[in-house]
Amino acid sequence: MIRDITIGQYYDTDSVIHRLDPRVKLAFTLIYIVSLFVGHGPWCYAFAFAFLVFVIVLSRVPVKFMVKGLRAMLVILIISALFNLFLVQGEVIFSWWIFRITREGVRMAVMMVVRLVFLVIGSSIMTLTTTPNDLTDGLERSLRFLRVIKVPVHEIAMMMSIALRFIPILIEEVNKIMKAQIARGADFDTGGIIKKAKAMIPLLIPLFVSAFRRASDLALAMEARCYHGGDGRTKLHPLKYGRTDIIAYIILLLYLGGMITMAVLLP
Amino acid sequence: MNIIEILHLIHEFKEYDENETEIDTVRALDDVTLSIEEGSFVTILGHNGSGKSTLAKHVNALLLPTGGTVLLCGEDTLKTKELWQLRKNAGMVFQNPDNQIIAGIVEEDVAFGPENLGVPTAELEKRVENALERVGMAAFRMNSPNRLSGGQKQRIAIAGMLAMKPKCILMDEPTAMLDPVGRREVIETVHELNRQEGITIVLITHYMEEAVDADRVIVMDGGKLVMDGTPREVFSRVEELRECRMTVPQVTELSWELKKEGVDLPDGILTIGELVEELEKVRRSSVWN
Repeated sequence: MIRDITIGQYYDTDSVIHRLDPRVKLAFTLIYIVSLFVGHGPWCYAFAFAFLVFVIVLSRVPVKFMVKGLRAMLVILIISALFNLFLVQGEVIFSWWIFRITREGVRMAVMMVVRLVFLVIGSSIMTLTTTPNDLTDGLERSLRFLRVIKVPVHEIAMMMSIALRFIPILIEEVNKIMKAQIARGADFDTGGIIKKAKAMIPLLIPLFVSAFRRASDLALAMEARCYHGGDGRTKLHPLKYGRTDIIAYIILLLYLGGMITMAVLLP
Repeated sequence: MNIIEILHLIHEFKEYDENETEIDTVRALDDVTLSIEEGSFVTILGHNGSGKSTLAKHVNALLLPTGGTVLLCGEDTLKTKELWQLRKNAGMVFQNPDNQIIAGIVEEDVAFGPENLGVPTAELEKRVENALERVGMAAFRMNSPNRLSGGQKQRIAIAGMLAMKPKCILMDEPTAMLDPVGRREVIETVHELNRQEGITIVLITHYMEEAVDADRVIVMDGGKLVMDGTPREVFSRVEELRECRMTVPQVTELSWELKKEGVDLPDGILTIGELVEELEKVRRSSVWN
């Protein structure tokens, strides 16, 4: 049923990682990405890999789901590998016709692929273990400092959470309009790409009209419930750091420290 | 004490053409004077475009008067600077249940109002629990509103109002998009709130049946108040109601037709029970004659 769709790719289970404060998971993603670019050489990547495996095991999300994100990245992975393989200058180890593969090229290609794979899996851990609503909350809190430079952080977060709430409603609406148009003889399935795109117009116009009407209704309902921006608002479930969150931060810092040490000391 | 005091209220909508020049002015409310007593249950009836929604939106300052005065809990909506402070006194439930639920989880939606008021977290928790219990939706606290029925969604919307602890709840055709079961759920819930908590209810509807149990019925037509009285008084005036393009409850209409045909019945019969009782009386007296 359409009402049951999950938005994003949240994997519903209970684990230490799921229960962590969303801000910790945001920090994890950021630190992990930084660590991947700080580190170089096989030992650093082995360390990054070990840490990734540790987090995945804790999260109890099947590896299958982790790897899913890679599929979308496949083209980029192949392109970046090929570019590095053939275009990096250095000591030639293999050549055929106009193609030349260098030792440095192989090294760069492998490093690039490893980095990208870790990066994608590492950041998908956050989206797999955090509900979109928690994520919005976490972003709102951790980006609060941007208000100093007049970024409307609260408003953006509110827009995100309203969008999340209305996605299933609008999808249902699309289906309804589609059926109504089909009943009147509209054809969405045959023809080339241009004809199909044109067929979307009678779908999109009523959808936009109804979306604007909903938006105006919702604005009225929010005002009736005393909404007046983010100032002075309290929260039913304010984000609060617990003991595991602090432990997680410590582990994260140890990991980053370890990575930097390895990058500096190892050749 | 009167919780809502409306004096000579006029509201005009202006229509503009593409060049933003005024082309027409529509007078949606025309010199409406009305006061509503605290703790009462008032139903406002009227066909589409009679101005009943516009009137309700003036009470909690979603619209401001073009002329005249609206006092909510003694405060003038035109003179109040922080309108949101005023609105906590009068919650409003709208017609479309989907378009008034803001959060993706029931409890967070109920908390939305009091969150805006700055209620501390510990008390929020209590208010949400209490409000959900009073509308009988406590079991759905952690659900997504998308999976609830229309009637359940409207009860969530009512809970969202209750959590703000308003003195008055305005309902703008809350049952228009519901099935009969959902309609009964919602109407029973508001009646209970009125009886047990003494919350003033202003119910706008075009279902005559929903007006029968009110303390007071107001009929609007063309932006004016045309009738005002107890349900019995108002529904006795079948012909006048028809002039405002309104019907009366089926039972009332049946007894009115019977009376016209010569059956000895009183005016303004509102329920099937009453009609049965009156007909029984008629039968007994005719047997004796």
